[in-house]
Amino acid sequence: MIAFLVKRLFHALLVMFVISIIAFAIQDNLGDPIQQMVGQSVPESERAELREELGLNDPFLVQYARFAINAAQFDFGYSYVFNEPTTKVVARHLPATLELVAAATFLIIVLSVPIGVYSAIKPRAWISRFFMGISIVGISIPVFLTAIMLIQLFAIGVSWTPFPVDTGWGNWLNDVISTEGGMPAYGRGDPVAVFGTWETNFASLEGLTYLVLPAVSLASIMLPLFIRLIRAEMLEVMQSDYVKFARAKGISMRRIYFLHALKNTMLPVITVGGVQIGTLVAYTILTETVFQWPGMGLMFLDAIERSDIPLIVTYLMIVGLIFVITNTIVDLIYGLVNPTVKLAGKSA
Amino acid sequence: MAQHTSRTSTLKKTLIASAVAATFVSTALVSTAAQAENTLRMAYDADPVSLDIHEQLSGGILQLSHMTHDPLVRWNDSLEFEPRLATGWEQVDDTTMRMSLREGVEFHSGNAFSADDVVWTIERLKRSPDFKAIFDPIESVTAVDDYTVEITTKKPYPLLLNLATYVFPMDSAFYSGDAEDGDPKDEIVKNGNSFASRNVSGTGPYTVANRQQGVRTEFERNPNYWDTESPGNVDNIILTPISENATRVAALLSGDVDFIAPVPPNDLERVRESEDAKLVTMSGTRIIFFHMNQNRVEAFQDPRVRQAFAYAVNQEGIADRLMKGFATPAAQFSPEGYAGHVEDLEPRYDLERAQTLMAEAGYADGFDITMMAPNNRYVNDAQIAQAVAAMLARINVNVDLSTLPKAQYWGEYDNRAADMMLIGWHADTEDSANFHEYLTACVDLDTGAGQYNAGNYCNPELDALVAEANVEVDLAKRAAMLQEVEQTLYDEAAILPLHWQDLAWASANHVNIKPVLNVMNFPYLGDLVMDAE
Repeated sequence: MIAFLVKRLFHALLVMFVISIIAFAIQDNLGDPIQQMVGQSVPESERAELREELGLNDPFLVQYARFAINAAQFDFGYSYVFNEPTTKVVARHLPATLELVAAATFLIIVLSVPIGVYSAIKPRAWISRFFMGISIVGISIPVFLTAIMLIQLFAIGVSWTPFPVDTGWGNWLNDVISTEGGMPAYGRGDPVAVFGTWETNFASLEGLTYLVLPAVSLASIMLPLFIRLIRAEMLEVMQSDYVKFARAKGISMRRIYFLHALKNTMLPVITVGGVQIGTLVAYTILTETVFQWPGMGLMFLDAIERSDIPLIVTYLMIVGLIFVITNTIVDLIYGLVNPTVKLAGKSA
Repeated sequence: MAQHTSRTSTLKKTLIASAVAATFVSTALVSTAAQAENTLRMAYDADPVSLDIHEQLSGGILQLSHMTHDPLVRWNDSLEFEPRLATGWEQVDDTTMRMSLREGVEFHSGNAFSADDVVWTIERLKRSPDFKAIFDPIESVTAVDDYTVEITTKKPYPLLLNLATYVFPMDSAFYSGDAEDGDPKDEIVKNGNSFASRNVSGTGPYTVANRQQGVRTEFERNPNYWDTESPGNVDNIILTPISENATRVAALLSGDVDFIAPVPPNDLERVRESEDAKLVTMSGTRIIFFHMNQNRVEAFQDPRVRQAFAYAVNQEGIADRLMKGFATPAAQFSPEGYAGHVEDLEPRYDLERAQTLMAEAGYADGFDITMMAPNNRYVNDAQIAQAVAAMLARINVNVDLSTLPKAQYWGEYDNRAADMMLIGWHADTEDSANFHEYLTACVDLDTGAGQYNAGNYCNPELDALVAEANVEVDLAKRAAMLQEVEQTLYDEAAILPLHWQDLAWASANHVNIKPVLNVMNFPYLGDLVMDAE
């Protein structure tokens, strides 16, 4: 176990090292940070001075070595835009992203398991077909479109009047297909401070209303995938010998579905799920941009716009770290759920 | 006795009743007072990069400056000067102007405003990397007495009042000495933290109550604001940057914010037709145009070829269809209201004439060029470049177009990486000479002249004329010179102008934004009036 964790720590360091090299190597293509810092009437001589001051004229290896030595001491440099250490900037934006991902993950789990299981048990029921159809649509609509549709429907509101307004039933039908709006369209509102840089939206009902639309649109990417995955796995498990045997023994169907079959269904779901949570952190870039959710994704896009290279490098390294951590946790959980898996891979 | 008791009790009851009533009334008063607090929630596409108003010369910083500070003078909506902290000015001799300052003005810190603050501020501007170029003409500033300053220029300088719109006096006492970290409080740091980038004390209508960079900035009305005649009744402002166009519009339409800018052209109709919002548009002063690089393409050295390009491009079509009317077609740099604006210069779209000119110049079969444009800097910038490329194809010019995000584009621009490059320009001085100095003057790396001249057009006579205009104090004579410059640039087709980009703002119905808006895009939010909802 300890050996496994130490090994993973080395993985993490290796991943961050490689990411930082790549990020550094492409920085020349990320644009000129000086251009973003100065106004149009600043003469070239001033710009050259600033460039020299920031050390942007040094050769690649010198710049990288300077960065690596500082990074080894947890100093990832100063953000050009925020004028403070990049770690501080990331720390301030991280809670918003983690809360969004947590809310989306919650929605995915709560919805995908029952729907997936139901549509495996009753594959021919119209409700299963309906969910399968929806999930195909869901998987093919890009997240920013989902987000903008949600804003239009639930924040601004739409009023459709295809039915005659002068009749009672027409009015009623019009009301049914129209939406009120009123949900917040952007930002986090006034989150409650917990400690340090962590402010939470989970503390009040009002805070939660800000979370709903972004979380739904972020969940919409992964939800169809998980419904289909759970359904496919469940269908397969239901065909397996031990389930047939259990049925032959006369164990109640409920017990077979939820105790025996579901457990084995969840194994691959955990693997995929762990990897996808990392991906979810990456997908927040789009969701956060549309909803102006002040998390890391929005911060990263802003950093790219303004060629804030130290912040870009720090973000990439931290996302790499998150990937390694989630994968490690998945492996640990996997070991718990399935005792036949040896962690360090050397049982002999 | 009994009677007496009852009377006392009646009295008591009355007293209690009136006390209760009084409590109710006062609570009611308090609550109406609380309701009367006007809070403006507004969303711009970005928030100011710093609270140090001398750190960057940009629209965002100047918009901030007009909220937390007051300039010496400011432009009104007909581009005339309106006295603010300077109440009067007179030219003492060719190079000296004497300004009298407003008395009884206090900074946010409580310090009194005086001539020393103006001197201190202008000296700091002359140290700021971004502002020092435009403040270069100023030789010195001296305080004559507490409320009078004298500004001396190196040469006679006709644009001193234009410069005064950039002087937002800062609280010299507040910014003197060392901060906790040992750095001087008045240092200007481009990259890194400074006292001035975190703390602000101006004379302006709003103080900064809270700031989370990139997330939100909260302003409070300055209770001691000197301008008691200002109709402004906004008590609090919450500024949120929303960079995503669709979200910014959605936030307004859903009632989450009361004021947005800019309004993206694709949503203009939607906002205009909305019952919950109103739209204000104005012809702007930012010229969008192409440079034609004479060093890279020999053909561009022939004025006939450049003229042919000018005849081949349909500015009105672009403004009409591509920009959906959200632009004013241009044939020169200077927008209306600028000294150099020539009324008669109209876009000259004429395809036959263009083809004839190409034939005359010996290029009837056309040639190949490269073209570059940013794709997220100006409104519809990439589409504009595509449209121009398609129009040039009709005079057999084959365009290889690439579009880049602005972060990458300016590096390519500095390298003059393509034969035709798109750029938009707003004159920092709101003056015609600025266009020529940066965009069409002969390139001189030492003086910085022609810093953005990616066409390498060079006409020493024009340079001399502009230099002469810059020391001409007679404004009518000066305007004639600048108009001659515009006319020459037009005749020689030095550049390929397209349009002035319009400006658009939108607000909820109860916010009267129109009176505080102007073509510089510095909303004077101190004077903003909000009606009861």
